[in-house]
Amino acid sequence: MRLGSSGATGEFGMLLNLEGATVRFGGRAVLDAVDLGVTEHEIVCVLGPSGSGKSTLLRAVAGLQPLDAGRVSLDGRDQAGVPAHRRGVGLMFQDHQLFPQRDVGGNVAFGPRMHGESKGERAARVRELLELVGLPGSERRAVASLSGGEQQRVALARALAPRPRLLMLDEPLGQLDRSLRERLVVELRELFGELGTTVLAVTHDQGEAFALADRVVVMRDGRIAQSGTPLEVWQRPADEFVARFLGFDNVVAATVSGQVADTPWGKVPVPEDAPQGAAALLVRPAGVRLVAPAEGLRCGVAARTFRGTHVAVHLQPQDAPRLEAACALREAPEPGDEVGVAFDAAEIVVLGGPSAP
Amino acid sequence: MARLGLMTVPVAFFAVFFAYPVAAIVARGLKVDGGWQFGRIFDVLAQSDIRHVLWFTTWQALASTALTLLIALPGAYVFARFDFRGKQVLRAIVTVPFVLPTVVVGTAFLALVGRGGLLDEMWGVRLDTTVWAILLAHVFFNYAVVVRTVGGLWSQLDPRQEEAARMLGASRFAAWRTVTLPALGPAVAAASLMVFLFTFTSFGVVQILGGPTFSTLEVEIYRQTSEIFDLSTAAVLTLLQFVAVGAILAVHAWTVRRRETALRLVDPAVTARRPRGPGQWALLAAVLATVAVLLVLPLAVLVERSFGAPGFAYYERLTSDDSGIFLVAPIEAVGNSLEYAVTATAIAVVIGGLAAAALTRRDAGRLVRGFDALLMLPLGVSAVTVGFGFLIALDEPPLNLRASWILVPLAQALVGVPFVVRTMLPVLRAVDVRLREAAAVLGASPWRVWREVDLPMVRRALLIAAGFAFAVSLGEFGATVFIARPDNPTLPVAVARLLGHPGALNYGQAMALSTILMVVCAVALLVLERLRTDRTGEF
Repeated sequence: MRLGSSGATGEFGMLLNLEGATVRFGGRAVLDAVDLGVTEHEIVCVLGPSGSGKSTLLRAVAGLQPLDAGRVSLDGRDQAGVPAHRRGVGLMFQDHQLFPQRDVGGNVAFGPRMHGESKGERAARVRELLELVGLPGSERRAVASLSGGEQQRVALARALAPRPRLLMLDEPLGQLDRSLRERLVVELRELFGELGTTVLAVTHDQGEAFALADRVVVMRDGRIAQSGTPLEVWQRPADEFVARFLGFDNVVAATVSGQVADTPWGKVPVPEDAPQGAAALLVRPAGVRLVAPAEGLRCGVAARTFRGTHVAVHLQPQDAPRLEAACALREAPEPGDEVGVAFDAAEIVVLGGPSAP
Repeated sequence: MARLGLMTVPVAFFAVFFAYPVAAIVARGLKVDGGWQFGRIFDVLAQSDIRHVLWFTTWQALASTALTLLIALPGAYVFARFDFRGKQVLRAIVTVPFVLPTVVVGTAFLALVGRGGLLDEMWGVRLDTTVWAILLAHVFFNYAVVVRTVGGLWSQLDPRQEEAARMLGASRFAAWRTVTLPALGPAVAAASLMVFLFTFTSFGVVQILGGPTFSTLEVEIYRQTSEIFDLSTAAVLTLLQFVAVGAILAVHAWTVRRRETALRLVDPAVTARRPRGPGQWALLAAVLATVAVLLVLPLAVLVERSFGAPGFAYYERLTSDDSGIFLVAPIEAVGNSLEYAVTATAIAVVIGGLAAAALTRRDAGRLVRGFDALLMLPLGVSAVTVGFGFLIALDEPPLNLRASWILVPLAQALVGVPFVVRTMLPVLRAVDVRLREAAAVLGASPWRVWREVDLPMVRRALLIAAGFAFAVSLGEFGATVFIARPDNPTLPVAVARLLGHPGALNYGQAMALSTILMVVCAVALLVLERLRTDRTGEF
């Protein structure tokens, strides 16, 4: 059973709890008073650009990085002073860190061995896990002979072997090629669902995060910028940073009054419940409709990019920032054409937080 | 905190057996009637024969370094870039001299260029009255230092860097000069400094080949102690040497730090290829000829001379104890040496291993870095300083070890520890810290982490370090000669004492003992070399 996700709070069912967790490297806060809770059986994905502190977050939970302030609790117990090997959490490293001098079986059996399991138990556990990750019978293989995808599977089996109460993944699919990544992320989600594993993963790849997670936490400069289900984050980015990190470029400063926003692109309609006053405004490419030049904001077509399901059209209005529009394949204009632009209120989001200067 | 715990034992060891003797030397040299007399330094420097020794020590070290570079750099290139049959064997042969005892080298060159030596017999040429014997022996010793340090890096430089320069319009020479040479520069500098250091503090070679004419600072310290019995002059000279070596080591540490620039390194196996064209074959032939004449010939002559009397007469003579030079049969030195060396190796591996483990962390603080430099000191500060310090510091209360046999292994271990640390440290540092973290997260305690992750990876390095410490202890001369008891000589001490007495029989016995010592050391090294290159193992 997986619990409902978005922003679950309260002590009940809370497996991992960070309160004001802070880590400083030479005066700079890499983790800045982070509050984060993960409930049992939940898959939480921390998403952020490199340097946002997401790996440090995992290391702090694992006990590999001491906190400068705040606390980490597991099952309600403060972990201060508990060394890494007694925390009972699993960590899958970014580049796997398989032990080169051991074979596949030796790697997977390492955790159970450290926990004092008998030889027979270990062998059974290794067999079971290798089967689970799709590498049955590969106990005797040398880790050097594994492909990238196989290494990833062995690393996962190794991390799961000691039955950690929380499994953490650091850029789990970062080094693999795209098609393999897309396949593995589905496999991972199914596997964690079956096992009921509680997972805290970090990645810089939004596709990975959205595909894997029950809840996405976006980090920026050591702070949490937004937390919510993938759908919530995608539909309502909390601020301009999150919007741009998710790949949206149509963001401008605007003044909202009533159901209209005043922007460099002219008057733009906004949804009914939009907050009033100065704000940043996001226009999704799907909300940019192309009309006859006379009927809307007049733009020149600067470039076209084929995106598979649609064409991204880059439009240059006079004296205003560029706009990206998503067009169906057949309707896309040629570079150099003159078009008009109209806006669709349903695809427009008034963002919180500071607006662009 | 755990790291501080690891450091306690090595630090205590160094405090008692290095810092305390050095302090004793300082006091002996500069303290007169209970008061400090720093003027003593200038008094000693004012003596013209001392100034002569200082001058000779410096210029012979410079000349030896230059000559070694001149002869060994082509060798470094050949080893780095050429692939040819027998390369592994040749590499081992080149390395043997480095671990050979100085006494063996001195004896071998005596047999080659000395009175009644091979050149004397064939052409009537003697070099042992000139400085050339010393210089050539120094090249013999340090050839491997340059080939290993410079050649090792050279073989890992990506040839495509030079190719990139060629594609941008650089000539072959211009590409070498602008791409390869700057990359090699720091390695050449580091190797030169090591050679300079070794030759500046040369003892055994100069003691045997220098005769009455040539004397380095080390030899002079020994002479002042054992022949003139002027301990306070010896102490002042030791301090001078100490300062000079400290300066050289500081420069060396600086160049090593600069060497840690980001170079693109590749697997040496892909950079070497078979020589092409007459020029490259000629170069290979020249290097092989140099190795044959300079490195192999002296040792061959040594062995030949040891059989100079009919049959095994010199060897047989070693077993009799009526020579009058020793209280025991010279052959007993073999057993003494082996016992001492095994004990010294055990001490050096424990102390050096603990120190290396403590130094492993890259983020080690200033304190630990200072400790790192401290560990290198005995290597450079010269064996004679160690021996002299033991002699004057550890033979009276509070610590009187004079009568104890452990004194010799302790001194030899002190000389061996830097080798252990230098061998272990790079391997320990190469262990990815995240592998240790992975083990910890899987439930391994710090001690289990060391046993499960570090130990399997450094096991071989540990064996190599032990082998080095063993070879160094076995051949150790400078310190041992001060403290070995007359009834328990080691091999090198016995050789030197035999050479110090006239007569063909003593000369022949010295050759025979040297040959035995050489064979033991060479076997130890060849075992190491196999360990190092055996790639059938797990990694």
